[in-house]
Formats: sequence, C-alpha cells, structure tokens
Amino acid sequence: MYQTIVFLPLLASLIAGLFGNRIGDRGAQIVTCGAMIVSAVLSWVAFYQVALTPGDNSLHVQVLSWIVSGDFNVNWAFQIDSLTAVMLVVVNTVSCLVHIYSVGYMSHDPHIPRFMSYLSLFTFAMLMLITSDNFVQMFFGWEGVGLASYLLIGFWYKKPSACAAAIKAFVVNRVGDFGFALGIFAIFMTFGSADFAVVFADVGSYTDKSIHFLGMELDLLTTICILLFIGAMGKSAQLGLHTWLPDAMEGPTPVSALIHAATMVTAGVFMVARCSPLFEYAPAALEVVCIVGASTAFFAATVGMSQFDIKRVIAYSTCSQLGYMFFALGVGAYGAAIFHLFTHAFFKALLFLGSGSVIHASSDEQDMRNMGGLRKKIPLTFWMMTIGTLALTGFPFLAGYYSKDMIIESAFAAHSSVGSYAFAMGVAAALMTSFYSWRLVFMTFFGESRASKEVQDHVHESPQVMLVPLYVLAFGALFSGFIFHEYFVGAHYEDFWAGALFLVGDNVMEAAHHVPMWVVEAPFVAMTVGLATAYYFYIRRPEMPGKFVETFRFLHAISFNKWYFDELYDILFVRPAMKLGYILWKRGDENIIDRYGPDGVSAAVVRVAEKFRSLQTGYLYHYAFAMLIGLSAFVTWFVMGGQ
Amino acid sequence: MEHFPILSAITFLPLLGVLIILSINGEKEVVARNARNAAMLTTIATFLFSLVLWFGFDKTTAEFQFQEQAEWLGGGINYHMGVDGISILFVLLTTFIMPICILCGWETIKDRVKEYMIAFLLLECFMIGVFCTLDLVLFYVFFEAGLIPMFLIIGVWGGANRVYAAYKLFLYTLLGSVLMLVAMLYMYAQAGTTDIPTLMNFDFDPHAQTWLFLAFFASFAVKMPMWPVHTWLPDAHVQAPTAGSVILAGILLKMGGYGFLRFSLPMFPVASEELAWLIYALSCIAIIYTSLVALRQTDMKKLIAYSSVAHMGFVTIGIFAFNIQGIEGSIMVMLAHGFVAAALFLCVGVVYDRLHTRDIDRYGGLVSIMPRYALVFMFFTMASVGLPGTANFVGEVLVLVGIFKVSTWTAFFALFGVILGAAYMLYLYRRVVFGELTKADLKDLLDLNKREIIIFAPLVFFTLWMGVYPSTFMDFIHVSVENLTLQHEISMSSYHALTQTLAGH
Repeated sequence: MYQTIVFLPLLASLIAGLFGNRIGDRGAQIVTCGAMIVSAVLSWVAFYQVALTPGDNSLHVQVLSWIVSGDFNVNWAFQIDSLTAVMLVVVNTVSCLVHIYSVGYMSHDPHIPRFMSYLSLFTFAMLMLITSDNFVQMFFGWEGVGLASYLLIGFWYKKPSACAAAIKAFVVNRVGDFGFALGIFAIFMTFGSADFAVVFADVGSYTDKSIHFLGMELDLLTTICILLFIGAMGKSAQLGLHTWLPDAMEGPTPVSALIHAATMVTAGVFMVARCSPLFEYAPAALEVVCIVGASTAFFAATVGMSQFDIKRVIAYSTCSQLGYMFFALGVGAYGAAIFHLFTHAFFKALLFLGSGSVIHASSDEQDMRNMGGLRKKIPLTFWMMTIGTLALTGFPFLAGYYSKDMIIESAFAAHSSVGSYAFAMGVAAALMTSFYSWRLVFMTFFGESRASKEVQDHVHESPQVMLVPLYVLAFGALFSGFIFHEYFVGAHYEDFWAGALFLVGDNVMEAAHHVPMWVVEAPFVAMTVGLATAYYFYIRRPEMPGKFVETFRFLHAISFNKWYFDELYDILFVRPAMKLGYILWKRGDENIIDRYGPDGVSAAVVRVAEKFRSLQTGYLYHYAFAMLIGLSAFVTWFVMGGQ
Repeated sequence: MEHFPILSAITFLPLLGVLIILSINGEKEVVARNARNAAMLTTIATFLFSLVLWFGFDKTTAEFQFQEQAEWLGGGINYHMGVDGISILFVLLTTFIMPICILCGWETIKDRVKEYMIAFLLLECFMIGVFCTLDLVLFYVFFEAGLIPMFLIIGVWGGANRVYAAYKLFLYTLLGSVLMLVAMLYMYAQAGTTDIPTLMNFDFDPHAQTWLFLAFFASFAVKMPMWPVHTWLPDAHVQAPTAGSVILAGILLKMGGYGFLRFSLPMFPVASEELAWLIYALSCIAIIYTSLVALRQTDMKKLIAYSSVAHMGFVTIGIFAFNIQGIEGSIMVMLAHGFVAAALFLCVGVVYDRLHTRDIDRYGGLVSIMPRYALVFMFFTMASVGLPGTANFVGEVLVLVGIFKVSTWTAFFALFGVILGAAYMLYLYRRVVFGELTKADLKDLLDLNKREIIIFAPLVFFTLWMGVYPSTFMDFIHVSVENLTLQHEISMSSYHALTQTLAGH
C-alpha cells in the first residue's frame, strides 16, 4: 500500500510528462488526478491505521538498497509512523485537491500535460521526503521538491521575473542545504549511520560530547542540530533565507497553494519534528529554533501588512505562520507545531486557491489596488476566503483557533526567556495577521470596484471544478481543529503520536492547558484589535492608510520594502560573486596564469610559436605522428640506457 | 597464457579498425561512408568485447584479473596487462562512450572523415591501454600517446583558434610528463622493475617519496586538471569538435584521477599523506574559483569546461581523504562526470550544429521549439548540480562524507561548489532554454532527431541507474578500494612506527 501511495504519483507524472502529446490534455489530467485520488484515499486509510488506532502501529518498508560504501549504508526505505501518517494526509489531500483545481485554473494554458506532470512529480518527491527512514533519502526528497518547485515557479518560462524567481528559489534553498548536508555528514561521522532508527536510539550517549568543526571545539549535538536547522530555514523560508518565498509567487496559483503554503515549505518543520530526539538533547539549538521562528513570525507579519499583491500578502502570511510552527518546536511543543502545520495546510491552501479564484475572475489581476467590491460578483469565492481568513486569524472554534492559540500558550508555558520572547512576538504577530488578512478581504471584496470597466464586465464565478476543492478545504478549515485537537495536542496525545515525537522533559503542552486566563485571551484580543483596525482603515475611513503612511513614512518604507533584505543580499552576495567571477576569469586565468604560463613560454620561444601558427594542418598531422615515434624512441632509449 | 588475452584484444581492436579504414580508397563520399561504418563497427565490437570483463570479473578479490604477461624489453620491463576494481569501470566507460562519440560526428564531420575516424580509434586504443596496463613504461607510452590524437582532433577539426588551444594543451601536458618520466626512471633504478603490482609493494624512501609524488603530481594535476594548471581545458574544449570534448571530459580527464589512485596513493603513501593539505587547498580553490568563473562565461562550452574543473576538485578531495567513502566517491564522481559532462557537451553540440555558435547570448527560448532538447538538457543540468537520484549525487555525497571525517574545513569549502554549481548551471539553462523566443534565426531550429535521441538515451539511462541503484557499479570497486585503504593504513602505521623508533634513539 505504501509503495502505491508514493510511486503512483511518480508513474502518473512520467506518463503525463513523456506521453503528454499522445494522451492529450484531458488524458494527462485524468491520469494525474486519478493517481492522486487513489493516493489520497489510501493516505487516509494509512492515517486511520497508523495514527488513529491506539498503540504503536509504526512500520518499516524496505524498497531497495541505495548507497553502500564501507560502513556507509543507505537504503530506499519507508518509515511510517504517526508523524508520517499526518504528513501523508496533508500532502496527498491538498495535492489531490490542487490537481483537480488546476484542471479548471489552467484550462487556457497551452502546456497542461507538463503542468500536471510537474505537480505529480512534486508530490512524489514530497512523499519520499516524509516517508524516508534515513537522512539521505530525506535529502533526496528535499532536493526533489526543490527541483519541482523550481520547475513550477518557472512554469511560465517566458516571463523573465518567473525565471529569476525560480533560480532564486533553487539557489537560496541550496544555501540551506549547505547546512543540512554538513549536518548529515556530522551525523554519519558521529553515529556511523544515517538511519533515523540507529541515530535516535544512540543519541542519549552523545550528550556533552564535542566535535572538532572548522577549527573550533563545539558541542556535538548542538552543532548537528543547528546545521540541520539551517536546512530547515532554507526550505521553510525562515528569516534570513526567506527571500525566495515571496518571489516564488511568480508561479501559477495552484502551485503557490500546494508547494509554497501547504506542503513543501512545511518540510523544515517536519524535519525538526522528525529529529526531535536529536533536538531534545540540544537545548541550545532549540533556543535558536525558537528565536528564529518567533522573529520570522513577527517580521513576515510586518511586511504582510503593506503589500498590495494579493498573493504576496498570503506568502508573507505563510512565512509568518511557519515562524509560529518553529517557535512551537523551539519550546518543545512538537505536537502543537505539527497540529498547526496540519490545520494551516487547509486554510492556507484555501486562501491561496481562493485568491486564485479571485485572480481568475478579474482577468489575471493580482494587485489589490485594482480590485474591490467583488463580494457581490463572486459570492462563493468571497465566502470561501472569509472562512479561510477566520480560520487563519484564530476565530473561536475554527482550525487556527486550536492550533495557533495552543502554540502561543505553549510558548508562555515554557517559562523560559526565549519562550517569553516567542510569546510576545506571537501575540504581536497574531494582531498583525488579523490586520493584514482582513485588509486583504476588505480591499478585495468590499468597497467600490477599482478595476477597469473591461475587467469589471468580465468578472465571473469560477467553474465547479475549481469550487469543489475550495469547499473541501473550507470544511477542513472549519472543522479540522475541532475534530483533531484532542489527538494532536490534547487527551489522546500519547496514543496518537505513539512515540513518533520525542520529549525529554515535561510536556509543555500539558502546562499550556493551565496558563493564566489573560494568556488564553491574549490571541483573541489581538485578533479582534487587528480586525477592528482593518475595518476602520479600509471600510470606515478609507483615507486613513494614506495618512498613516504619510505620518510613519520610515516604518512603512521598511515594511513595504521587506526590510531591504533583497537589496542587502544583492550588495553582499550576488554582485560580489559576479564581480569576483569576472576578476578571477580575466585577471586570474588570463592575466596571470596564462600570461606567465603557456603564453609566457610561447613568447619566450617566439620563433617556435611563429612556426606553430604558420603550420598548415596537414603538417601538424605529420608533426604529431613524428612526435609519437620520437616519444617512443625517446622512452625506449632512456629505459634501455637505465639498465 | 592459457586464457584468451581479452585485455589486449580490447586494447588493440581499435587498431584493427584503423588498418581497415586505412585500406579504404575511392570516391570521397564512399570513403567517408565506409570509414564511418568501419569506425562504428569497431567501437561497438570493442564495447561488446569489454562486456566480457563486466560479466567475467570476480568482485570478491582485489587481485588483478585477466592478467597477461609477456617478455618485452627485458630487464624487468614486460608487457603486463590486468584490471582490478579500480580500473575496470574506466575501461568500460571508455568502450561505452566511444560509439557515442563516433555517432556524434556522423553528420557534422564532412572533411577528412577517414583521418578523423582513425584519430578517434587510435585514441580509444591508447585510453584503454592506460587503464589496462600494469607496466610503468607501457603506461607512460599510452598515457602520452593519447595526447597526439587529441592534439590532432583539436588542431585539425577544431574551431577558429584551434592551433592556440592545441598548443596550450601540448605545452601543459609536456611539462607534466617530463617530470613524470624522470620520476619513473628513478623508480626503475631503485626497484629494478617497472612492474606496477611489484612497485605498489615496494617501499620507497620517505624523503624520495615526496619528490616522486610531486613529479607524478605534476603530470596528473595537469590531466585532471587542477587549479592553477587548468587553463588549457577551457580552450581545448572550446576549440575541439563536439566528439573531442566528449572524449576529453568523459575519459581523458579521468586519467589523472586514475593515476593518483594507481600510483600516488599506493606507491608514495607517506608523501600522499603529508601533502594531502596541498591537494585539499588546490581542490577547494579550484571548486570555488572555477565555479565563480563559470558564472560569468559567455561561451557555453567554456562554462561547462570550468564546471568540469570544479567537479574534478571533488575527485581529488575524495582520493586524498584516504578512506573508503572518499575514494569510492571519487571514482563515482569520475564515472558520473563521464556521463554527465559528456552529455552536456553533446547538448552544446546539438545547438552548435544548428546555429554554429556557442555564444550564450545568441540563444534563448529554445524550449518553445525544441521541447525534447529542453527536457534532456534540463535532466543533465540537474544531474550536473548533483540532484539526488542522479549519478553525481552518489559520488559527491560519498566524497563529502569521506572528507568530513578528515577535514571539516575542506568539506565546508567544497560545499560552496554545490551552491555555486546550482547558480551557474541554472543561469546557463535559463539564458539558453527559457525566455521568449525572439531571435529570428532561432525560429526554425529543429528538435532532436532520431540519431541524437539514440545518443542521449543511454546516457540518461545510466545517469539514472547510477543515481538510483549505484550498487551495480560500486560492487566492482568495493574490494579493491578496501584493499587500497588497508594497504595505505599498513604503510602509514609502519612508517609511524619507524619514525617513533628513530625518534626514540
């Protein structure tokens, strides 16, 4: 069954990609969607069997040996436990819905088979990542989703901005992989294996050991964990390595929903959770995770408030929500982090697909300044977006309410300085989340339409094939928190996870149930304040945002320009690399090595060189044969003489 | 000699082809056609013969197999052939790549077809000889002789600036080989034999080892090529015809790595260990330096040539990690590079044949009219950046695992190559394949034809096979590499014991 879940998308991808011409657009859609539906249904079966059924139902499936070299031994194998099962459900459900949605969304595109093939390829790589039983296969999936992401961001290859964004995504991720790879090597060197089972079983005996790394004596486990976390930062767009995610919105919207909201970007969260046995023994690394996560949650939220591109707002929101997940991990609330990953997949995919529906309706317009008043014209999309927004902002009893509030409370319950920092950032970000989310809804759906007459006449509700996936996701956004919170973070915690998540100390989520009332209320208050402000700014007094920008020019500039990260990186890395490359080529290779090397020699024997130049090719030919004979004679003579 | 001399057969079969081609006379067209066919048949026959090695090889021993020995010059200089786990795959790589090379010049080479085919067959003979021979003198002859057909291929069928490139190649290689020759003479004087297996067990004086090592290093470093003696490679590639580049990247570059494994490591263990820092430093510089330079290239072939230098940096790092992962990894990188770089040069060749320029700026938007080409090029671009599941990844990860145990700094710097590699390859791909198709002369380019698909298909197949299930290949090398590292450890520990007793007195 697990082979089917994982390899069916690959098969579909190959069929759609290689035989797309023969089976046609419809054929490619049927093959890929069909495969995804089967995979998704089987994933829920697996979820029921492994996670919901009490007891430890984890299992191990060996597929093939992969790399064997000395004591380095890596297999293609699956490890299915509750954590994997949760991810299977998330990935395959969202992927399946996005596949179906794409049938409608991409209906006017000339490259449908290619698109469907890429989507399925992505799903396969993501499944390899989450089912892996070792670090190297995980890295395979990790890079595989990176490839698929690259291909899909650059899907509209004629747009220079899309190509640039695709390369940026791949290269920035590679920077993260740099750390991840070093982490894997350090793990192998320490544990003599890259299998999760072996590493995690041994980890307890390596506390307080040190590693000689780059000339420094560092704490072994802390170093390993931080290196791994750098990988997670790249994939999950955390502060510093986040710059690719907003640009990735150049890809078609279904891609943004699937890869850049629900699944791939959560791979980093998954990885840290998977490595909880390692991180639990490296408290310093966990603090780093917590600080980075909390800072990202705050930072991305500040940027999200001032963007005008509807997809970029949601992209920054994703970035911010990933920050929540990370600081949850950082305080040891792994269950809460994965729970938020789970619920977030539903409502964020819903928001993205909803915004896709908006974009589709308004003739590919993405700038919210050219929208407005769409509520009456596309009511179904409006309601779907509202549900998504409510779930995201943590409206009581919707999905985000259970997961996000749990995270914020856990941060407080951790009673550590980093925990308090995360708590403060989390509440502040919750306020901003509410503000920018409602700002999006108000700017898009309320007020007078600011679109051109032509566009306005064209506005239409999306077809059923796009709306049905929205309904399913809306259902998840409404009820997934309520249904599952007892399993992920509540009373059935132990039975549900069955050891898939590891904890050394006390369960912080247990403590989170007993925090003071004001802590519980804080996110709710923050949400209300955000909503009220957005309402005031964009409905009651639409001239306010302009005035606000006038008054706080500096703050707005920072937020609007995304804290100038892109500009900074351009100055620090991109341009110097380009410049250095040019200098090394022209000065190094040509001016120094060649000049004093071969060219110098040739200048020294000008006459010989002249002869070379004047030689006709026919003579050269003779010359070379003479050389062969001469050489043999030379060698023979020398050797005989040496006797 | 009881058994059939298979290694000699494989090595000299191409010479038989040369004789046949030489005997062809008549109309230019007829000669060309017959020469092509004869060369094709010869290379295929050689490949089929070499499969005997594949199936007959005993993977459980580190001994040299299929050995042949005959009196040659006397005085310990004999005709001695044999393969072990380290060399066998290079022999097979050579016989595998050759038919592809012949096919690649099938239509594009119109002048001097006869001579062209002869040059390639000669080259094949010499290259196989390098990997099969177990005698120092014979090795030297093959090693140096291989230069001549290459020199000709560049000089006769090359681009506009071919003489300069051929001359540069010649000059660099000559420098290295003269030093190596001197070292060989010294070794012969010391050991009284040029038999490689005997020399591998001969203990050279540790002080002399340093000089011997450096002399061999001079030759192998040029062949690899390592920084800073790499500048012949971009020029040679740019000027060489496509098939020449394929051979150069696919096989000739591997002779340096093979040399390190066959000579430097087993014969001069102490010097290898003591000078490893030099190798690390040069390799790391090579990886970062050439990757940065590759970023700025405007010529497709030059870009890939520079990327080859970076990849070869991984090879040298792996070899001098002195552990199983490092060495097996470096062999895998070499094999993978043999497929992937060869394929990338073929990719360049495809568009060069159509537009006769390698200037990146002249292209753009090819995906619109050449989707199959775009797919193949994408595949090999990704293979080149070491995407897991392709051959390069297996090699690179093993090299890095191996070196990480020895020197974290080296692993750290080498990993920069992984980031930069992605940058320059994707940047290249974007400029050539993606974007709007605006340039008028590109509009009626044809997609890959049948011949080109036949060329690429086996390369794609093996790149994936080696990436997904490398054991098929690595099973050949395990025992020999294990033995190599074991021998190295033994010589090192006896050396340390010796120095300690000396210090104790």
